[in-house]
Amino acid sequence: MVDLIYFSWIRERIGKSGESIETRAATVFELIEELKKKDVRYSEVFSDLGSFRVAINQELASFDASILEAKEIAFFPPMTGG
Amino acid sequence: MYISVQNEFFDFSEEIKNFTATLDNIGALVTFTGIVRGQKSKTLDYMLIEHYPGMTETQIKLIVEETFKRWKICDALVIHRYGKLEPGETIMMVATAAQHRKEAFEAAEYLMDYLKSRAPFWKKEVLNGKEHWVEAASEDEAALNRW
Repeated sequence: MVDLIYFSWIRERIGKSGESIETRAATVFELIEELKKKDVRYSEVFSDLGSFRVAINQELASFDASILEAKEIAFFPPMTGG
Repeated sequence: MYISVQNEFFDFSEEIKNFTATLDNIGALVTFTGIVRGQKSKTLDYMLIEHYPGMTETQIKLIVEETFKRWKICDALVIHRYGKLEPGETIMMVATAAQHRKEAFEAAEYLMDYLKSRAPFWKKEVLNGKEHWVEAASEDEAALNRW
């Protein structure tokens, strides 16, 4: 099981702040493809890879990063701190 | 190093007093304060800042540690708020103390550039009941390239 966490408009459009899922995906990219098949909300949110970022176990990661050791994967738009 | 991610208001002068109290032999102190820009019921009623608890603190710590590696500074402070903030309220501040001003200025700018684009905060603006998420500016991302 892996915990997915959503922030900002991703949370709003998916309609929840997170969920625990079973996945066979080996990379972030594969996970995204899996999620997109779940529901139209996911396929819309994740349609443009340039519009969001990902963190694995609270560290920024790339889309081809392995998720085999992931406990927590977060999806969020580019950050707007400061 | 002092890092605080908080909902509560903070007093800028009080923070500076505490920050500098233990510092010895510094010749320069640079501070930056971010304030919620806007005029109530004209451009902005309030802002909602969301963050990623846990990752926010870790990420800020990494950014501050990198600042220490790159510049000869004596100490650094970062305070960043989240939650509901109204125009005129202080969002965040950074302070850098060094022996010389060049290091203090550059370190503060570096901190700000990285906090803006690499610390997991997201801002939503609300005006007359309408809300929208603030989009990251491409120049903020580009600003990282100069370091």
